[in-house]
Amino acid sequence: MAKAQPIHELQLTGITKRFPGILACNNVSMRVARGEVLALVGENGAGKSTLMNILAGLYQPDAGTIAINGEEVRFHTPNDAYARGIGMVHQNFMLVPNMTVTENVALGLKQHHRFMNLDLKATRARIVEVSEHHELPVNPDAYVWQLSVGEQQRVELIKTLCFGAQLLILDEPTSALTPQETDDLIDRLKRMTAELSIIFISHKLQEVKELSHRVAILRHGAVVFNGRTEDHTPAELAALMTGREVHLPRNEGLLVEGPAILEARDLKVRGDRGHFALDGLNLEVHAGEILGLAGVSGNGQRELAEALTGLRPVESGTVRFLHKDMTNKSPAAMIAAGLGYIPEDRHHEGIVPRFTVKENLVLKDFPTPRFSWSVVLKLGEIARNAESLKASFDIRCSSTSAAGGSLSGGNIQKVILARELAREPKALISVYPTRGVDMGAQEFIHSQLLARRRAGGGILLISEELEEIMNLSDRIAVIYKGRILKVLTSLEATREKLGLLMAGVAE
Amino acid sequence: MNRFKLFYGGSIVVLAALAAALGAALVLTAIGASPAATFVTIFTGPFTDVFGLTEILVRAIPLILVALGIAIAFRSGIINIGAEGQMLIGILAATATALALPTWPKAALLPVVILAGAAGGALWAGIAGTLRARLGVNEILSTVMLNYIAAQLYTFFLRGPMIDPGELETGSGTPQSMRLPEAAFLDRLVPGTRLHMGLVLALVLCVCVWFFLWRTTWGFRLRAAGAEAKAARYAGIHVPGSLVAAMGLSGAFAGIAGAVEVSGVHHRAIENITSGYGFAGIVVALFGALHPAGIVPAAFFFGLLLVGSDMTQRSAGVPANMILVLMGVLILCIVSAKMYLNNPYAQERAARFLARFRKPGAGEPS
Amino acid sequence: MTHDLVYNILSLGVPFSVALLLASLGEMFNQRAGVFNLGCEGIMCMGAFLGFLPAFFLKTGPLAPYGIVLGFAVAAAAGVAMGLLFALVTVTFRAEQGIAGIGLQMMGWGVAGTLFRHFVGGVTGVEGLASWPLPGLSRIPFLGGILFNHNPMVYIAFLMVPASWYLLFKTPWGLKVRAAGTEPRAADSMGINVNRVRYQALMLGGAMAGLGGAYLSLCQAKMFADDLVAGRGFIAVALVYFGRWSPLGVLGGALLFSLAQSLQLAIQVAGIKFPYEFAVMLPYVLVILVLSLARKARMRGPTHLGVPFNREMRY
Repeated sequence: MAKAQPIHELQLTGITKRFPGILACNNVSMRVARGEVLALVGENGAGKSTLMNILAGLYQPDAGTIAINGEEVRFHTPNDAYARGIGMVHQNFMLVPNMTVTENVALGLKQHHRFMNLDLKATRARIVEVSEHHELPVNPDAYVWQLSVGEQQRVELIKTLCFGAQLLILDEPTSALTPQETDDLIDRLKRMTAELSIIFISHKLQEVKELSHRVAILRHGAVVFNGRTEDHTPAELAALMTGREVHLPRNEGLLVEGPAILEARDLKVRGDRGHFALDGLNLEVHAGEILGLAGVSGNGQRELAEALTGLRPVESGTVRFLHKDMTNKSPAAMIAAGLGYIPEDRHHEGIVPRFTVKENLVLKDFPTPRFSWSVVLKLGEIARNAESLKASFDIRCSSTSAAGGSLSGGNIQKVILARELAREPKALISVYPTRGVDMGAQEFIHSQLLARRRAGGGILLISEELEEIMNLSDRIAVIYKGRILKVLTSLEATREKLGLLMAGVAE
Repeated sequence: MNRFKLFYGGSIVVLAALAAALGAALVLTAIGASPAATFVTIFTGPFTDVFGLTEILVRAIPLILVALGIAIAFRSGIINIGAEGQMLIGILAATATALALPTWPKAALLPVVILAGAAGGALWAGIAGTLRARLGVNEILSTVMLNYIAAQLYTFFLRGPMIDPGELETGSGTPQSMRLPEAAFLDRLVPGTRLHMGLVLALVLCVCVWFFLWRTTWGFRLRAAGAEAKAARYAGIHVPGSLVAAMGLSGAFAGIAGAVEVSGVHHRAIENITSGYGFAGIVVALFGALHPAGIVPAAFFFGLLLVGSDMTQRSAGVPANMILVLMGVLILCIVSAKMYLNNPYAQERAARFLARFRKPGAGEPS
Repeated sequence: MTHDLVYNILSLGVPFSVALLLASLGEMFNQRAGVFNLGCEGIMCMGAFLGFLPAFFLKTGPLAPYGIVLGFAVAAAAGVAMGLLFALVTVTFRAEQGIAGIGLQMMGWGVAGTLFRHFVGGVTGVEGLASWPLPGLSRIPFLGGILFNHNPMVYIAFLMVPASWYLLFKTPWGLKVRAAGTEPRAADSMGINVNRVRYQALMLGGAMAGLGGAYLSLCQAKMFADDLVAGRGFIAVALVYFGRWSPLGVLGGALLFSLAQSLQLAIQVAGIKFPYEFAVMLPYVLVILVLSLARKARMRGPTHLGVPFNREMRY
């Protein structure tokens, strides 16, 4: 790719993009100058990623223009964007796992594509050059699936730089990193601003303060604020982001030592790649407490949740629930015993998207006498149940006969929450319960979890948001490489302590 | 919006049907036949006499039964292309049962024969279901292979163990079984035609399938596993079990179709008895939107096509293979159209396109 | 005696593998690009018939020697056309691939059968391709006759194996194909037109299936009949799974099947009592066995097989 002309100024004017039922970007305008870091801030679903995908040539805007150095440009494909020096690092990495790092870069490095021949040597040399210049160490011959999340992110950066990016778009680059890795990345990015401009998407305001010169805030697809970062405190930015003062509820109850109801002993469980994702893990959840599980994602959280709910086979060790050995019992048995579960992927694990809301609300209980005579469904009762849960959990849908998949993320989460809490579970495993939902729904979900705790339920809260964990938990366990490194009480826990533990440093 | 949706859906279906007709017309032109004349013969020929009319229904019976089974499988997340083979095994089981119990009275024999057919079909489909659930074997490939295997098994039995001893005596050696005892016959509905009681059975089973899928916990389980296997598993539903059950049930319907065809029409197992109902049933199920209420009219329509294309062969010399062309193109058109029917993106684009032609102020449908 | 038997089985088995090998390699490209093309069977049917047609018409004229070459060309072109049709349905219209494949199969089957009845009608043979013993190589004892004494299509088909490997792993296009089938979003973000790559792969796959079908009618059976292809298209699809999406694996699978077929012939010729029907069903049983045993290890294969690509669809 020929070196693009330097970008002195990038100007977006009146960008509008519509998806079915949503106006993702509404008349958005903003500008970035050379060497500047612009933070693009907003809640999930505010339209940040859509806007950046338009800038990267992946989506076409319905209206509006993009201009570089005053000249209007049109990006029909990502190639067009790259050719003008715009490169994007996506939140979900855009890497092909069964190809090597070199092959991944070669995929986009079109000047090394010859007729019937691929110049991998030249690509490899370019990778080494870029990685040395920007001090981003990487092994060009490794397969991507062998790399850790942090390494994959470096590959993404190198890839984008190899293509000659002058304006780097980073979509939530720190969401999968430990606090320390985050600091490291921010340092690197600061150094890069000598040569590049950066647009940085985040909803973590501390990082925004640290890295950016200017900040633009999106709400419901529109720019509600655009100004210099240093003039505003994080609290002011947060209020602008949500449009109101938000007070997330906190756990203010006293630490009560209830009996242990859900226990894992020396748990060994294999992950999808065949390695031990849980390697001798010990954990206890007591009645009437919220146990927060902190950790960088990919350290065994998913496998732990699945092993406890009977979805993933346990190689060795035991799972005890309500003082009974439930190791390797079926998911149905765990559900019947009173274990609730809010899974990670709400669209595919939490609900059946093509089923109606009322059907989704009885997904676990349809065979019980309340909802069926022998094998015949009581449709009336199923509908009544849905209406009452719709009201008490404030589920916003046109009707309970609407398809579950047609609801917004926050409302889908409320459907799941309603279904699980209505069963009054003795213990509840809740995985990333507020990921990608708006502040209002977040507030509601948190208060529901706290209410369940007061009613004597034990809750295992798995989250990647330290703030959420620290706000809600009685105790906090830190998971690292399939083991619990340490359990702290909420009084002992600080951001710094947890950060070190999440990185695997135990004192 | 609803009016728009209806209009939108309607035009997509019409476009798909036109595309299929166009595809068939191309082939007809290639062999020098007149597409218009051929289509007229197909669609009007069968209505000219009682025989043609009843024959449409006769063809519709196995189509309804097979399509019901296929709808159950598809709705449960497993694709069954093996109805052809399941019918054959069902026919073998039904015929063997009927021949083994020649002295039983009708009230006992007929149900047993039909159940035997169901069991045969269920067993054959169960192989594919189990392989999918246990070993992750692609069920499309395995059911197709089982079709070929069943065809060979069927010929083997008709030429060997089950051949009519009469054929051996006369030396003609036609591969066919003995005639069933009369107690195993389904009664004829209209004397002098081949229309039989199977039609009533098929319609009753339509209602049963509807009730089963949408009104029982069993159906709920199967549909949940089919619509989103992951969520079903997370909700405690045993998905592999439901796949095997769905496949078995689906095969049972194909088996019943086979049994009904033997005891209603042919009264003995003969070669080429399935006449492609197993494949046509797939098209009927898709055309009927995988719902019993859609399957019945779709089956009548395809019954018409089958009878009509037989007539064109006789009158216009258009090979009966033509029907395969038509069905193949129809499948391609239906699955293509489906994406436009269900896709909100495409719908919105069409709505916005239409809105351009509306009077200003009429409001954009959303 | 056993020496002769083994020699016969092997020297028959090698040419038997050609149709499967060609179709299977083509299907491998389809699946590597993320499209599961069960229509392979229909494309082979069309290839078999349309390839046969020029050879049949030119049989007696002065152009007879070119009939076969023309036949292969026509079959490949028909394959490309059907690949395009399938691409339109599954890539552009994003239809469900499994069922669409069955539709394409019925269509190919029906069109070939209809045209056959109109233009040919009955059993008529064609000349076929003569053997081209490779000078020198064919004189190697034992192996020479097995490997180097065949018609040119056999050599071409076997050369396709390394050629496919090179195309898939050493060229920019192969890189794009692999990315399109495994992580289409990643390919898309790097400016690769996923749908175009899939179109191209389907056209290539179609051409190869067409050639495979034509080989059956022109070189193997030297005639056309409705049931000539007899499920080989489906077997070819199964072989791709068996061969783990690699050209060498596919070759192994194709040889396994062709050897089973020649073994079955040898047994019949040797007069061993065995119901004919069971001999015929053997390859189909073998497919099911092979599919049951070969599974997992998805890390190497196309993980987005069968999933239509839609950039703007988030869920």
